[in-house]
Amino acid sequence: MATNTTTAAPRKVSKFSAPPTKAGRSIERLGWVLILPTVLVVLGIAIYPLVESFRLSFTNYRSSRPDRWRYVGFDNYRDLFSDEVFHKALWNTIIFTVTSVAAETILGMIVALTIHSAFKGRGVVRTSMLVPWAIPTVVSSMLWGWMLNDSYGIVNKTLVGMGFDRFHKFSWVGDPGTALMSIVAVDVWKTTPFMALLLLAGLQVIPDDVYEASRVDGASKWQQFWQITLPLLKPALLVALVFRTLAAFRVFDIIFVMNSYNTSTISVSVYAHRELMNNQRIGYGSAIAVVIFLCIAFLVVLYTRMIKVEET
Amino acid sequence: MSREILIPNAVNKLVQDAMYGRASRRDLIKRGSALGLSGALMGSILRFSSVGAQSATPEAQAAGWSITKPAWLDVDLSGVELSAVLASDGVGAPFDQAVCDFFAEQTGATVNYIKGAESATDRLTYYTQTLNAEASDFDIFQVDVIWPGILKVHAQDLSAAADELAGDGANFFERILTNNRIGDTLVSIPMYTDAGCLYTRTDLLEKYGVAAPTTWAELETAAAAIAEGEVGEGNDAFVGFTFQAAAYEGLTCNALEWVYSNGGGTFIEADGTVSVNSDQAKAAIERAMGWVGGIAPSAVTTYKEEDSRGIWQGGNSAFHRNWPYVYGISAAADSDLQGKFSMGLLPKGDGDGADNAATLGGWNMMVSKYSKNVDAATVFAKYMCSAEVQKARSIERSLNPTIVEVYQDPDVLAANPYISELFPIFDGGSVARPSGVSADLYNEVSTAVFTTVNELLAGQQNDVSAALDDLAGQLEDIMQDV
Repeated sequence: MATNTTTAAPRKVSKFSAPPTKAGRSIERLGWVLILPTVLVVLGIAIYPLVESFRLSFTNYRSSRPDRWRYVGFDNYRDLFSDEVFHKALWNTIIFTVTSVAAETILGMIVALTIHSAFKGRGVVRTSMLVPWAIPTVVSSMLWGWMLNDSYGIVNKTLVGMGFDRFHKFSWVGDPGTALMSIVAVDVWKTTPFMALLLLAGLQVIPDDVYEASRVDGASKWQQFWQITLPLLKPALLVALVFRTLAAFRVFDIIFVMNSYNTSTISVSVYAHRELMNNQRIGYGSAIAVVIFLCIAFLVVLYTRMIKVEET
Repeated sequence: MSREILIPNAVNKLVQDAMYGRASRRDLIKRGSALGLSGALMGSILRFSSVGAQSATPEAQAAGWSITKPAWLDVDLSGVELSAVLASDGVGAPFDQAVCDFFAEQTGATVNYIKGAESATDRLTYYTQTLNAEASDFDIFQVDVIWPGILKVHAQDLSAAADELAGDGANFFERILTNNRIGDTLVSIPMYTDAGCLYTRTDLLEKYGVAAPTTWAELETAAAAIAEGEVGEGNDAFVGFTFQAAAYEGLTCNALEWVYSNGGGTFIEADGTVSVNSDQAKAAIERAMGWVGGIAPSAVTTYKEEDSRGIWQGGNSAFHRNWPYVYGISAAADSDLQGKFSMGLLPKGDGDGADNAATLGGWNMMVSKYSKNVDAATVFAKYMCSAEVQKARSIERSLNPTIVEVYQDPDVLAANPYISELFPIFDGGSVARPSGVSADLYNEVSTAVFTTVNELLAGQQNDVSAALDDLAGQLEDIMQDV
């Protein structure tokens, strides 16, 4: 899911427009002709489905009744408001997003700082660090599902072997108290390398002489991190946060594979899938999809603002 | 379609091999489909081959297969073209192709075998889209046991066909037939079936001197005693009972068995009244809540069929609820369980009207109202569900027959010895999910049921009475939209 994140890169609005001469106008026309295919593709594959989702969210369309549907106004949204499973899904999604992104950022920062410093075998470490990120999410979800299995999973075997008897046949994903956090842990395991990679790229553009100057002034390593590294890393950090937050909010595969429609871990995307695919409620499912879209749009605007503030 | 592009020499060779009987029927089909030949062309090539093979099979049998001709199939359907949506493109396809070809051979009709989608949801979408447009793209199609309610408006009444088969000594199980009947209309004929059953470690019953349980209370006692003994002997992984309780359709099937076997009905009764919050239903779910973390592992709330079978197959479960497919795997030569277990009816509860219950699965044949050859299509459906074809389907594909008499057939018993143990389950114990009455909203009903029951079993909710009352309200809301 994380691979197809849309970028909300900051863009300076250019005041350029072609001079009002004949040549200028023809250049402008050529410009339009050249971007026309792109505009058509975007209209076809992004705008049309989006508009269609909005439209469907105001209907009671079901795929089993293609010729018996009508517009129902805001009924679907009103139902969502009082839908307990949707509330659970939204709450789970928020917890998942906040905890996984926070943990990935802190761990990613530690990993990035470590592999940024020069040590023997750095190349090998850098490459092997990326292995969890390279495994397809469905595969790593199943893998962890087995490792967390209550009776033959290696996690419980190890814990019991260390003397923690309460983990004998402990069901990590089945127990409502640990279910969501187990899934967050798997996501952190998988995505920390990606975070580290983005932060490493940010670290590498900080010039060495800044550190040298601070060393001359007698700054400690700790002061260097807070006064130099973190402020200069902020743009890269924000971009990484945008990527991760948007992807985490739409989380689907890891939850669906590890715990299907179980309400202790259901996310808004899994709930949309349940209503759209399993229950064939296209209208209601579209309303859920629209709410997800609005949440994501809100987050994008929020982050773009933060990045803009950063730039000025 | 790339089917137009043929390799002439390979096709000629195929036709020659067919005519001179140099290749078996199965080979011909395999080679023909590899060459991308159309169904019609394959049909005529295979008819050539049957000319060559005629002397070898005096009593009309499909060469290379155990499919024989039903005696009543002496009809001339020359010039009629039928399209049938059957098994998806997988292990079942060669058999269904052979069944279609044999029908074409015997009646002169042209049969186009359309491979259905592998996913049930996709298949249902295809059916509803085609049938809502009243299109005659297909005449006969196979439907899941929970679909008769959804598709009833498009179905041709098949009561007469089933009665004729019964008149010829092929009687369908009454409970399965009931599931296919809506009002007075038999919307589909049962093709093959499935039902939940209880697997028991008979060696451990003997070891601990416990009788085979017939009620849930007895099962609890037996499971606890065996598990205590086995864990005491050092097998930490051993548990008393495994089943499926993840939040999915399988839990609806399990819960239906607990509730119905306790006299608590089928969540929604045939007349549309919601019964999921009856006292017996509440008692049954409450009993199951007591199993989790007791005789059953607490992780059972995440188990689907294969997760639970893993524990049974490893020899770590005294009792196990699953579908008939587990029998073959457990009885296989390389299985540790060989000779140590039995398969039978699930226990009864002790509420009023307690009865054996095994949730019904399986597939049925439906004839489209919009077919241009309804009579010929009905003959085909009748043929697909006849004792002869069901016998072959059991032998070649291990799918369970829906006709009582097939269970006594020596060839079937020789191929699948366990089938005699399944008989009482289909005969007296099977119970259908409330799909007829909830029609196309059945999935919503099932989702509401498995969500609530899963929450209760996992301890996300503890008040069974309040939870099932709330569930009843949800089901009533859904039923208003039917």
